[in-house]
Amino acid sequence: MHRFAKPSVFLKLASAIMPWAIGITVVTLAVGLYLALVASPADYQQGDTVRIMYIHVPAAWMGLFCYVGMAICGAMSLIWKHPLADIAARATAPIGATFTALCLITGSLWGEPMWGTWWVWDARLTSMLILLFLYLGYMALVNAFDDSERGSKAGSALALVGVINVPIVKFSVDWWNTLHQPASVARMGGPSIDPSMLWPLFLIAIGFTGYYVIVLIVRVRLELNERRIRALQLGGVGQSVADQHHLAVPAKQAGAGE
Amino acid sequence: MKILIAILARDLRLALRQGADSIMVVAFFIVTTTLFPFGVGPEANILARIASGVIWVSALLAAMLSLERVFQTDFEDGTLELLAISPVPLELVVLGKVLAHWLTTGLPLIIAAPLMAVMLNMNSAGFGTLMLAMLVGTPALSLIGAIGAALILGARRGGVLVSLLVLPLYIPVLIFGAGAVEASLLGLPAGEHLQIMGAILLLTLALAPLAAARALRLAVE
Repeated sequence: MHRFAKPSVFLKLASAIMPWAIGITVVTLAVGLYLALVASPADYQQGDTVRIMYIHVPAAWMGLFCYVGMAICGAMSLIWKHPLADIAARATAPIGATFTALCLITGSLWGEPMWGTWWVWDARLTSMLILLFLYLGYMALVNAFDDSERGSKAGSALALVGVINVPIVKFSVDWWNTLHQPASVARMGGPSIDPSMLWPLFLIAIGFTGYYVIVLIVRVRLELNERRIRALQLGGVGQSVADQHHLAVPAKQAGAGE
Repeated sequence: MKILIAILARDLRLALRQGADSIMVVAFFIVTTTLFPFGVGPEANILARIASGVIWVSALLAAMLSLERVFQTDFEDGTLELLAISPVPLELVVLGKVLAHWLTTGLPLIIAAPLMAVMLNMNSAGFGTLMLAMLVGTPALSLIGAIGAALILGARRGGVLVSLLVLPLYIPVLIFGAGAVEASLLGLPAGEHLQIMGAILLLTLALAPLAAARALRLAVE
């Protein structure tokens, strides 16, 4: 695992993964959406509104998945001080926040016809909202410092503290008697959903994961390039200062003394 | 233990000499609580219905408001760095400072809470539970808050940031604290809620000093 922490190795690996990720995302989302919106049957109770589920549930999974990923990256950056883990955690936060927001929005759109209300203060909904707040807090904290490394470290610590919310989201429907339906896919005794509805659900979940991988790679590349540009600029500034003062300071040294 | 008492005594002495801190927290608590009757109207039964929630939310905000000073002044004048390089475990320092924070904010709030409960027309059956729940809940608030206070050291606009970090983590205390009071107002036993709050307190007592000390080390590094 430590091998991949080197940016150059990561970039090479990322370039190899990228076309596959794009291919898988496009295919699974296309097939999944076709199955979900056209081919799958309408629910006997809910009618066509059940189709909101195919976006809502995978988005919720991704919201949790991204948070766990972010916390693991945070732990790695605190323990082994991998700069790449920092960058990955930072890059994951907005993606996870978007999926969480998507889950909440589709959920409220689904709740209106089914429960007759856009929002209820139910354990599952509330814990998901707290997840969104944790993402927002993380992003605010990471960007609040002049020294970006300090921001990443503080953010990693916060992400680890916030992990406590993840099992609460997962088990909220079991612990409290709520309006939100209990677990029907990942449960003891197999899923209680018909395969014709389960397949599109999984395909879209895979598509969302692929999308996450693509955006993650793009954002990490962007950050690495930004850092390289900054280093070059600082090196350039050091060089020109040295020239002005007729000092024979090598550019590298001047850059290091920023 | 000796070190803990020394840190506690120092922080308490500082709080007393600089005066006003505890009084400000209580004043903030009372003013915030007073705003609600203006907002929702002065009908006695509506106020009685929302009293426990209003008191808890105001207490949460008051406890949060005073978090910034837990580590900030020590961070600015370099005391924190000396403490960090001294052989004293930083977790103990955190514990001492949290205890001082609780004594200067949590305790005055507990004493002021029944007064506000009377003003909000709460049934006297809930007073005992309210104070008991706050006695268990406010130390947990100080402990969780210490993590946030340590994380924002050196950040821009730290005061606003700390609210965004800490308030989501305060929600469990709010839920069970208000739940305990509600239960005893309805004549039900409040034991369950209080036990869960006790569990939250023990959990934060074990983990928060570790997390906050870690964050302090990051800040002074």
